[in-house]
Formats: sequence, structure tokens, C-alpha cells
Amino acid sequence: MKRRSFLKSSAIVSGAFMMPAFLKPLEAMAMSELSGYKNLVIIQLSGGNDGLNTIIPYGNDIYYQKRNTIAINKTDIVTLNDMQGLNPNLSALKEIYDQGWMNIINSVGYPNPDRSHFRSMDIWQTGSDANQFLTTGWIGRYLDSNCQNSYSAIEVDDTLSLAMKGAKMKGIAVQDPNKLYQTTREPFFKDLVHDHNNVDLNEDNLGYLYKTMIETYSSADYIQNTSKTYKVTADYPATPFANQLKTVSKFINSGLKTRVYYVSLSGFDTHVGQQNQQGRQLKIYGDGVAAFIKDLKQSGKLDDTLVMTFSEFGRRVEQNASNGTDHGTANNILIYGGKLTKPGIYNEAPDLATLDNGDLKYQVDFRDVYATLLDKWLNVNNSQILTRNFAGLNFV
Amino acid sequence: MDNIKPIKHLFTRAAFGMRFEDISDEKHLTTKAAVKQLFKTSDNSDPIDIIQDATDYTMLMKGDIGAKKMFLQEQRQQEKDLNLAWIDKMSKTDAQLREKMTLFWHNHFACRSNRASFAQQLNNIQRSNALGNFRTMVMEVSKSPAMLQFLNNQQNQKGHPNENFARELMELFTIGRGNYTEHDVKESARAFTGWSFNKDGEFKMRPFVHDDGQKTFMGKTGNFQGEDIINTLLERKETAYFISNKLYKYLVNETPDPAHVSAMADVFYNANYEIKTLLEYVFTADWFYDDKNTGNLIKSPVELLVGLNRQFYITYQKPEVLLLFERALGQVLFYPPNVAGWPGGRNWIDSSSLMYRIKIPSTLLNGGVIDFTGKADPEDEAYIATLHNQQQAVATKVQAQPDWDKFLNSIPKDASKMAIAQFMLAPKLNNTLINTVTQATDVKQMVIELVSTPEYQLC
Repeated sequence: MKRRSFLKSSAIVSGAFMMPAFLKPLEAMAMSELSGYKNLVIIQLSGGNDGLNTIIPYGNDIYYQKRNTIAINKTDIVTLNDMQGLNPNLSALKEIYDQGWMNIINSVGYPNPDRSHFRSMDIWQTGSDANQFLTTGWIGRYLDSNCQNSYSAIEVDDTLSLAMKGAKMKGIAVQDPNKLYQTTREPFFKDLVHDHNNVDLNEDNLGYLYKTMIETYSSADYIQNTSKTYKVTADYPATPFANQLKTVSKFINSGLKTRVYYVSLSGFDTHVGQQNQQGRQLKIYGDGVAAFIKDLKQSGKLDDTLVMTFSEFGRRVEQNASNGTDHGTANNILIYGGKLTKPGIYNEAPDLATLDNGDLKYQVDFRDVYATLLDKWLNVNNSQILTRNFAGLNFV
Repeated sequence: MDNIKPIKHLFTRAAFGMRFEDISDEKHLTTKAAVKQLFKTSDNSDPIDIIQDATDYTMLMKGDIGAKKMFLQEQRQQEKDLNLAWIDKMSKTDAQLREKMTLFWHNHFACRSNRASFAQQLNNIQRSNALGNFRTMVMEVSKSPAMLQFLNNQQNQKGHPNENFARELMELFTIGRGNYTEHDVKESARAFTGWSFNKDGEFKMRPFVHDDGQKTFMGKTGNFQGEDIINTLLERKETAYFISNKLYKYLVNETPDPAHVSAMADVFYNANYEIKTLLEYVFTADWFYDDKNTGNLIKSPVELLVGLNRQFYITYQKPEVLLLFERALGQVLFYPPNVAGWPGGRNWIDSSSLMYRIKIPSTLLNGGVIDFTGKADPEDEAYIATLHNQQQAVATKVQAQPDWDKFLNSIPKDASKMAIAQFMLAPKLNNTLINTVTQATDVKQMVIELVSTPEYQLC
């Protein structure tokens, strides 16, 4: 099923909710109370984004040898240094890069990489080893150890990713805060929730269901009533992805006590006719992110925000016969924020000469990136959340 | 309807729930008779054969972009067809126990395949062996193209073995973690070298890439073949325990009682892995009907949807809507999250999936409207009015047709509202629900309320 048609049709599940709610507006929190509240925004590119045509190693001749029909012309590349440059569809990010708000971490991956979309996505979302099956996500485990409310982690989507599910705590999926709020106005449901408020909720599954429902109600209420106090005035492109980032901006700027936001963009599985397909998606990505970063700068929240973009794997160095690329391994991670300690290109460009069976060898374990975010941004010891302690990096 | 509780419990666990029409069936008078009847109606295994694979896969290699696009479209269509064919089968079959167990094995031998014909074949292996012999099933699953492809055994060759299949065979399919060593994984992978399939999807043992040297596996040395490895694993009682434990979580309680599981493992092992013998033991054990083992399992999304389809005799003009529900609730058949399957239990539930779960029944049954019998405040009135305005639009989109006449007529004439309510839900009614039932003036409205509750998520 196409994701777009799913999103459209899923509206029928919740009915449509056009009725204006009778709500008591809350005062926006004072700015002083809000500053210093750190947020992490995770952007997932689904399908396996081709990192080599995203941050292009144009200074390496091997790139042009291995990709004779899908390489990006040198003259079109937005150069960053004498080795790497941006895909022209990401030109909006040049300004962000020049301001020192962007980090590129090359060759991120893990040992014994899996080339299956869903398995590798699983590994990235749970933070597991390649031969380990975890049923909780890394953000979910962060919630388990550090947070009390499901709104501590919000996925701007209709359904919740594994990354956001812990053993005891789970994040909340909110595509549209008003729609979620309206869903909770169903009189019969309100009755169920209300009558259960004061009874002792057991530890059994029925108690768990009622607790989840009650928690959903209070979160929906809190998110709607807090977020509606802020109106995003900055310009965003008219794409669903940019709209999701705009929603995140609204949440952050209204002062929601949310630590982690999660957003996804799909369409990166480019086996056939890659240039157009990936180009379209990268433009959606680059334009959306640039608008988001500038918006946060304007509102004074960029110093408190860190954005991380990842994909489940990169693609093979050599193109295939259909002007596309097949599933590969290591990939770049892009980081944005106002407080980067070493902005720009963080480490060496990928080594295209020393390959593992045609694939890039990873230089940085993705869990060292997670560890950095946990230790230095969310202030929690990464060994509590990850399967063991990781040393981390120095980008913040 | 007085002594229905144990038989209703049996139906919620061994099948997809009891219907009112099942109450009058004299074959369901005692649990013993009902167990017998469940096996009898599941005697025959009727395969799914919706996918006729005539696809020329060489086209994918040679074809131009247009041909490839068409190929991918057809592939997606076949995946949908297969998914819906199985949902339809579960929703209509009399062989409920067989389908319920097929769903268990679908999750146990979890697999994804981009060839729907392979996925269908594996599903049929799981169905035909669902109540049969576990050893036969492991052998057949291990030789199925879907699994060989999924766990990379096509790449498992003499000199450079791929250990993926051997590892999952032990960790997830038979003996479980802690009962084998890394050395066992390496050696058994060698025994499976050369296990592959031809272009028609038939199992082929390729002797040229098979390693026929000596292997040392679990303390024994010999020129083992794949079959020897599987037999050695099943000689170990830990395998009987591992499967019994998993089955206990599926049928009885998420927190296994070690004494009960040990007893199951004894039965299973002594019966040479006959699944039917094990199930009969479980369904006739006193502890199966204990209060602490009733009404406490969270239905999987598929159990929830199939249960609604069966209870209300729902027909779909546009069955694709079921795929949306599967996706929204986090269980798309033939798309398990990984080889370990769906983790189940509380993992099904988060804020959004729970809200979908309690909203889907009324969406299917009544265009999204839950007629509210309590006292409504002004805000509620406006809300209810909006829902009524949209009722027709939602119904037109969903195009699901419950058979209310059949449902209402099947309710025993002497059944009180309270008895009907308790029949619909596995857990005891709380005060809110008792009020709801007391105030109800219309059975249909009351039933829609009851299936829109957290209680209805349990079985």
C-alpha cells in the first residue's frame, strides 16, 4: 500500500472531526521557563537513502567511475570542501551549513550489516546488534528510564514506530493535535475514562489498557491546549513532510515538555531511475529542513534543538543496470543545531577504494551517535539505554 | 446461557470467539465435547490457492522500466490478494482451530517473501501441519523457498557458509537461546550448505556446494545433513519445552506457569511432537479454565478484526479497508517485523493503536457512530450531531455490511441484557459498563458500545 493513500484513508478510522472544540485557552508559558529545555528531533529517511548521491564525494574519481550514468555532474554540485558537496536538490541547506548549524558524519553503520529494509530499520530503531532481536526501541527505553508522560516523545504520524516504544512507557503518535484531541471527545469514551479515574487500576492487562487510555486522554488534552497557544508564522514549503516539521516547530515553540520528536520521509528505495526519484525526495527534505532550522533560529529555539537524520542503510557504491542503486551498508548521518562544537564535515569522506564486497565499510557505529545524544544532550548515561556502553563522539 | 463460561473461554482461545449461534449447538454442551468438535471441524486442511504464479521473473532482469513497473505492481497486488484471502478464510471457515494455530505458526516461523507464491506455499505448510507433527513441519518449513530465501540459505555454500538459517533454527524455531553454542551454529550451518530451490520454487539439494565433511554438533560427530541437525535438536527435550512455553503464552497466559509448561513439554515430547496431542492436553486441563487464565490476553489485531467479522457476519464490498486496519493496528499478515515475529501482548498497545482499536468496531458496524446512552453534556451533543452527519460518508467509504438481523436473531430469546453483555466481553463488567447496560434501550446500540471498550480488546 502506498503510504500517501494510507494516510488519506486512515482519516475514516477516526471519523472526521470538524467541530470546533469548546476549550479553555491556557496562557503560554513564560519564555524564561522554556529556554534551556532541550529537544531532539529525529528524521528518518525510509527506503535506504543513497548517501553517496546526497553528500557527494565528487573529489574521488572512483565515484564517477562506478556511477557513469547516475553520478551528479561536478558543475551542479554545491561544494562544501574539495572532496564532498551537496546534491543540487539540497541547495537550501548550503546556508544552514555556512552558518555552522550542520554536521555531516560519514560512514556510519554497524558490524555484519543487514541489507533487508525492515531488518536494518529494526536494528537502527532498537539499537541492537545485527544478530539480536529487541522488542523495545532506543527512545522507548529512554522514556522507560527518564520520563513520566507519553508526550515526552511525540511522533508526528498516525502510528507509532518501534523506536518510540519502551517496555513500560511509549511515546505518542500525533499527526494533528486537534484531530487527536477530537477523537478523545467521543462521549462514550469520555465516560469510560472519567469513571475509571478514581478506581485502583490493576497491574493486569485490563488495568494497562485503561491506564493507556487515561494517559492518552491527558496527553491529548495537554498537547492540544499547549500547542494551540503558538502559531507558526515562518514560511514552510507546501509538502506533507515540511508540514510535519512545522507541527514540530509549533510544539517546540509553544513550550511542550517533550524531549524527542520523530518524523519520517519515505521514497528512497531507488533501484530504478534514481536521479529523478531521489532528487525529488531530497528537495522535499532539504527545503523542509532549511525552513525548519531558520524558523527555530528566528524563534530562539535553535540552541536548544538538535536534529538528527538517518536512513536504514546506504546503497552500493556501484550503480546497477537500471540507473539505480541496490541496498548497501554504511551511510552518512546529518546533524543540525545551534550548538554544534565542530560544525561542518565531522570525519573523513567515505573510502571508496577499500570496500567490503562492493559496499562501504563503516567507520562510526551508529550507537556512538546515539550515545552522544543520550549522554550530552538528553543527559542520561547511554549504558542505561543501549545494550552496552558506547564511547560516543564530540559533535555536541 | 448460565454455564457457558468455560466453553466461551475455549472458543476465545482455541478459535476466534464464540457466537450466539454456537450456544444452541448441542455439540458444545460440555467442554470435552466442544474440544472434540473443534478438532473435528478442523480435520481437513484446505489450502489457500489464490496466487497462481505464472510470473516470468526473468522479465525483471531483462525488462525495460515499464515492464519492471508493471511487474512490481503485480507483485503488490498479489501480496494484497494473499493477505485478504487469509483474512477471509479465518473469518468464514469452520476449521477455526486450524486457522488459529496457522496464525500461531505464521508468527513462530516468521518470514517475509517478495514472492507471494512462496509466501502462500509456506502458509499452506503451516496450515497443513498446524495440528499435525512438529518435526514434519520444521522439515517442510526449512525446505520451503520462502524460508531458504529469507534466511539466506541460498548463499550458504561449502567453503563460505552463511549461518543465518542455522542460527534462527536454533534460537527461534526449536531449542531457544542458552541451549547451544556458537560452535553448534557454525557446524550446523555446514550441514545446511547446498539447501536451495530452483526457479520453479522446488527444493533442491545442490551436492556441488554441499559440505560433506565431518561436523561436530552438540557433542556428536558425523557427516551430518540438515535433517540430522533438525532431528538432533528435537531429541533434546528443551525443544519441547521451548515450543510449549511459547504456545502457553499464546493460548493460556503471558506469564507461564513453569509446572504447567513442564507438563506440556512432557506430553509433547512423549507424543513425538504431535501437536494435536499437546493441544488436547491443554484444552482439557483444569488450569486452562482457571479464573487467572481467562479474559486476560490482549487480542492481536488480526484476532480482533476476524472476531468482529465472525461475530457480526460482516461482508466487505471493498476488503482492502482491512489492510488499512491491519496497518494502523500494527499487524500486516505476511509482514512480521522480523524473524522473531510480532512480540504480542502489551506491545500491541500504544496511545494511537488503542484509540484505533476502540474506534474500529463502530466504524465497521455503524458508520463510526457510538450511540451514547449516558447523559451527554452540550459539548457531547454537538459532537454526536457531527458524527451522525458523517455517518453516511464513513459507511460509504468503509463499505462493510454487518448482518444485524442474523446477529440479533441468534441471541437466545430468554437472554437478559446483562447476560448478552457478559457474553460479548471476556472480563467482568465494571460499574460504568453495568450502567451502560442498565440504561440501554436498544440491543444493537448496546452491543456497539460494548465492542468499543478496552474490555473487548481482551480474550
